[in-house]
Amino acid sequence: MSGDAAIITFDHVDKFYGDFHALKDISISVREGERMVVCGPSGSGKSTLIRCINGLEFHNSGVLTVDGVEVYEDSKEIYRLRQEVGMVFQQFNLFPHLTVLENLTIGPIKVRKVSPSEAEATARKYLERVRIPEQADKYPAALSGGQQQRVAIARSLCMESRIMLFDEPTSALDPEMINEVLDVMVELADTGMTMVVVTHEMGFARKVADTMVFMDGGEIVETAPPERFFTNPASARCRAFLDQILDH
Amino acid sequence: MTASDTSFVPKGRPLPQRQPLARVIDSLVFSIVLYSVIVGGIVFLAYSGAQAMGYNWQWYRIPQYFYTVTDDGFQWGEISTGLVKTLTLSATAFALAVLLGLLTALLRLSGLVVCTAVAVGFLELVRNIPLLVLLYVFYYVLGPIFGFDRYWASILCLAVFHAVLISEIFRAGINAVPKGQWEAATSIGMSKAQAYRYIILPQSVRFMLPPMTGEAVHMVKSSAIVSVIAVAELTTIGRNIISDTYMSFEIWFTIAAVYMVVTLILSIGVSFVERRYAVDT
Repeated sequence: MSGDAAIITFDHVDKFYGDFHALKDISISVREGERMVVCGPSGSGKSTLIRCINGLEFHNSGVLTVDGVEVYEDSKEIYRLRQEVGMVFQQFNLFPHLTVLENLTIGPIKVRKVSPSEAEATARKYLERVRIPEQADKYPAALSGGQQQRVAIARSLCMESRIMLFDEPTSALDPEMINEVLDVMVELADTGMTMVVVTHEMGFARKVADTMVFMDGGEIVETAPPERFFTNPASARCRAFLDQILDH
Repeated sequence: MTASDTSFVPKGRPLPQRQPLARVIDSLVFSIVLYSVIVGGIVFLAYSGAQAMGYNWQWYRIPQYFYTVTDDGFQWGEISTGLVKTLTLSATAFALAVLLGLLTALLRLSGLVVCTAVAVGFLELVRNIPLLVLLYVFYYVLGPIFGFDRYWASILCLAVFHAVLISEIFRAGINAVPKGQWEAATSIGMSKAQAYRYIILPQSVRFMLPPMTGEAVHMVKSSAIVSVIAVAELTTIGRNIISDTYMSFEIWFTIAAVYMVVTLILSIGVSFVERRYAVDT
């Protein structure tokens, strides 16, 4: 862990979808190198929370600072910021008209203006890292869900992001493929990457999380280190939620 | 394993036979007979009607309008030059229509009130004017004002008319790309323009190809309307030849067949391209 410098800070952030109050007075910060796992029932605002971090959604009031840049809709720095923040989606969202290799290189080449040969070398390095170097020339549709999600992780890594956001990365996967994705994420955590992960995989959370966050109804109900979070959560809502997902 | 595999004996009982009448109607022989009767009937009626009015068929005079070989050598005939004119006219107008259509679609999808208003205004204006009237406006009104001739008046008129239809094809094609693709493109730092260019439009192509083919065929056909302002394309040539020779039956059959050949080639060509863009998601 590289110190106490906060790299993501929510300061009294509120977010509405029309009349729906999606995020209620969120104040939280993530240190550089910290691994934060966010859980909570569906509709609790966890996805919204992390989608605000790279400006896929914009909050309505309060201050959200990421890597020293304030995030708001007309910010000139938002495009640069998004290069620093990688995101992995529940539905993978690979580009189906491009091969795996092209999926990984299009960002670096078109956005970061890296040379094609350099981008390809980086892409092959990260494909190695997610253990599918042999799939480079295939199209995403030819890959299994687990492989597609690993490609998606590699795509974010290729942008040399310093922060990685995971929005329920294993929820759309068949059970036998979940571990291959989680293994890659654990390795990534070991490299000291700053990670914010929305997931219900509590085994993974126990293994890598520095901080557990429980959200419900748009609020952060509980923030605790995993030892305390799993054994002795302070709030009743959190305890009820954990009972439901850990019971089987 | 297939049904023709002789070693295979199904364990379940066979399905009940279809009704005898249904089997006859579904058979290939029945289809061919029915088709022949209908087409033969139409041809017979047309021919016997023409005979009854004492029409003098002169098919042998048609080939010279495609090409002639004389002592001076090989020369293209009037129908061939008319066809080339029709093709260049339609192709130019189609290219312009695609550009204008894309621009209109992007304006409409931009989410900016002014741009959407401009796009919708343009759409409604053109969509609610008949093509013939639009052509007169371009030729008699805009032509003299902006100084373009009948050829460019027809190209611009066709381009504008089809741009409206094409912009809707673009809009539907762009909207058919899943929202997650936008998010993925955005999340790796792409601007809206980059996302359109590298991610969204290449994927919309496969949604847009079938209706675009329809539009190209439509363009070739509606280009015939410019004969009313005497642009020397296929239909105008046909009219000219008839006023010289009075062979209206032969010439109109021929002109119709030429249009049909062009549009069929277009459709077949695109169905090959379509396969190239057939990517599954």
